[in-house]
Amino acid sequence: MADFFNIKARQAAAAQASSSKAPTTKQEPNRLQPWVEKYRPKTLSEVTAQDHTIQVLSRTLQSSNLPHMLFYGPPGTGKTSTILALAKQLYGPELMKSRVLELNASDERGISIVRAKVKDFARQQLSAAPSYNVMVEDKDAEGGVKQVKYRDKYPCPPFKIVVLDEADSMTQDAQSALRRTMETYSKMTRFCLVCNYVTRIIDPLASRCSKFRFKSLDQGSAVTRVEDIAKLEGVRLAPGVSEELVRIADGDLRKAITFLQSAARLVGNNKPAKGKKRKVVEDEEEEDDRMDVDSAPADSDVVTLKTVQDIAGVIPERTMDDLENAVLSSRNKKNIPYAAIANVVQEMIAEGWSAAQTVGQLFERIMFDERVNDVQKMKIVGYFSETDKRLVDGADEHLAILDLGLRISGVLCQG
Amino acid sequence: MALLVDKHRPRNLESLSYHPELSDRLRALAQSGDFPHLLVYGPSGAGKKTRIVATLKELYGPGVEKIKIDARVFQTTTNRKLEFNIVASVYHLEITPSDVGNYDRVVIQDLLKEVAQTQQVDLSAKQRFKVVVINEADHLTRDAQAALRRTMEKYSPNLRLILVANSTSNIIAPIRSRTLLVRVAAPTEGEICDVLRVVGKKEGWRDVEGLNARIAKESGRNLRRALLMYEAVHAQNENLTENTPIPPPDWEALISQIAQQIVQERSPARLLQVRSELYDLLSHCIDPTTIIKTLTWKLIPKTPEEIQPEVVKWAAFYEHRCRLGSKVIFHLEAFVAKYMRVYESHLMGLDFD
Repeated sequence: MADFFNIKARQAAAAQASSSKAPTTKQEPNRLQPWVEKYRPKTLSEVTAQDHTIQVLSRTLQSSNLPHMLFYGPPGTGKTSTILALAKQLYGPELMKSRVLELNASDERGISIVRAKVKDFARQQLSAAPSYNVMVEDKDAEGGVKQVKYRDKYPCPPFKIVVLDEADSMTQDAQSALRRTMETYSKMTRFCLVCNYVTRIIDPLASRCSKFRFKSLDQGSAVTRVEDIAKLEGVRLAPGVSEELVRIADGDLRKAITFLQSAARLVGNNKPAKGKKRKVVEDEEEEDDRMDVDSAPADSDVVTLKTVQDIAGVIPERTMDDLENAVLSSRNKKNIPYAAIANVVQEMIAEGWSAAQTVGQLFERIMFDERVNDVQKMKIVGYFSETDKRLVDGADEHLAILDLGLRISGVLCQG
Repeated sequence: MALLVDKHRPRNLESLSYHPELSDRLRALAQSGDFPHLLVYGPSGAGKKTRIVATLKELYGPGVEKIKIDARVFQTTTNRKLEFNIVASVYHLEITPSDVGNYDRVVIQDLLKEVAQTQQVDLSAKQRFKVVVINEADHLTRDAQAALRRTMEKYSPNLRLILVANSTSNIIAPIRSRTLLVRVAAPTEGEICDVLRVVGKKEGWRDVEGLNARIAKESGRNLRRALLMYEAVHAQNENLTENTPIPPPDWEALISQIAQQIVQERSPARLLQVRSELYDLLSHCIDPTTIIKTLTWKLIPKTPEEIQPEVVKWAAFYEHRCRLGSKVIFHLEAFVAKYMRVYESHLMGLDFD
């Protein structure tokens, strides 16, 4: 605003705005950028725990030929990160814009878009790669920053890449519209489909691609990654928190990182604006390391198990214990203890715990409980499925949970 | 004269009487300058809205309290015109998209985009972003939620959302993972008593401990309801004792009367009679879920213990049906008939099935 009368500054700003359609996140201070974006792997070698896929893809980097690709696997395993890192390594910053088209589910992706946008992009002439003499700074080179030839650092192969993220949410029609497009322009365009469920991709498309399965992250590497990020951001974690984060997120690294960021915000770690940071407590914390899930943490700067569970909306063990005990107390008895169950359920509803979460956690407990035999488990699973359906349909939570508890109890007391 | 509920509503984070750790967190978030999207959930009458208003005040100062109501007209793709009310201050907007039913996606897309594309007009404002409070977020359609997902990322420099919901079950996972979940639990009965005492003192009413405790219990840990009951009791009686009856709302009285009738006589004739009463309730805009729930809670104490689980089972079953079906009265009546049948077969000691 202050630059309004300064013609030069305005021209510069306008030039900058028009020349680079850089995403706004770049201009924001880093603090406001989601950590998921900030710590997205920049090269293939940084992608965690997908050794096989990475090995194959790194080889294509040298040979500079690429098949059509289909990446599939559960969310948060690095599918999008891999293809973006690959594209970056292939083309470098200058060519990224003109050689890669990324479409994801939030963009309109009906059949008309496939016909118009994708096809237009696919049949475009290749944009010129920088001539062989263009130099670029290589920051990773051994012995400090060095000038290298752009083409040496980035192979710039003669094709474009279309990334269709979340391709399983594309309609059947849109997918079939792709079939011929993929073949016709295969000379200068490669497609990369990214999806969670490979079964939702129609066969003709799947058979045109080489498939890469991304396996769910193992506990160890996910925990390491979370801890790395925490260290870089200066977030202090109480012992066991990183494991808990990964466990709650179900191997979805993105979710774990998002939770970590929320937790950090909540305990006030990343707000340098606040003057009075409590540093005094640091020494006492050593003795206070033992984790007590239910008591409020003494030191507000450390991310504790409780903070993490709060953010994820996880119901504390003690509440779940109450519920489980009430439900299971009917074993070897004649009657269903209505009053006990009703009390616990009422308490939980008043505390505001979400019913879907309750059902999920109760399921885990009952199904792995050895006091319940297999026949009973079979019946109980049926009730879980029915309750879940009801909740999805928007039925009343109190009645649904109470009903579930009573029915499980009923199954147990017959046996 | 304002109701007690409004008159003594806390206006800032300091004066909130329970959940002190939650207030601290909200204050820390508001002061940090990096305010995330929030999803505030909890049972009704727990103080979700009060906390949000207080947080907004912490964010922007007293300006948020000057609100006006706008009526806006939106046009759907099929050229239908929708009228929609927006409560707004200079700094924030408050909308209830579920008002327009299935067309909520249109409202969300149009309105949020419009808000998000302009920056804060007031340069002296404390924050660069505007806040949009979305009520009843759990009633949003899937389409509308999917539309939100994109908006939340795209316009995050100019816009923060606060979603208010009773439960997170109906909110799609991508939204849940993009927001900071804030759970507001209902106050305990002790906390309600404290509030009642403070309010009573401010009004200069005589304090009757036993009565307060009973009100707290009756209210089902719903503070709004407790305050309304408290006011009603004081308005109707001059001299209060511990045993002064607490007048229940009319609909609740009617439902407990229905429960009484059902248990007394279980016959088709009685069913017919109950039907007209159910119609009466429905025509007074009582939500069918509320009817079935209240009826169940009223019936349970009158029911033999062995068949209580059975009653709950059918209540849950027909409540679900109410959601899916279109004609509510069928399911309400079916529930009543089912109850009569279960009861009767229990008395006769045999199963009809």
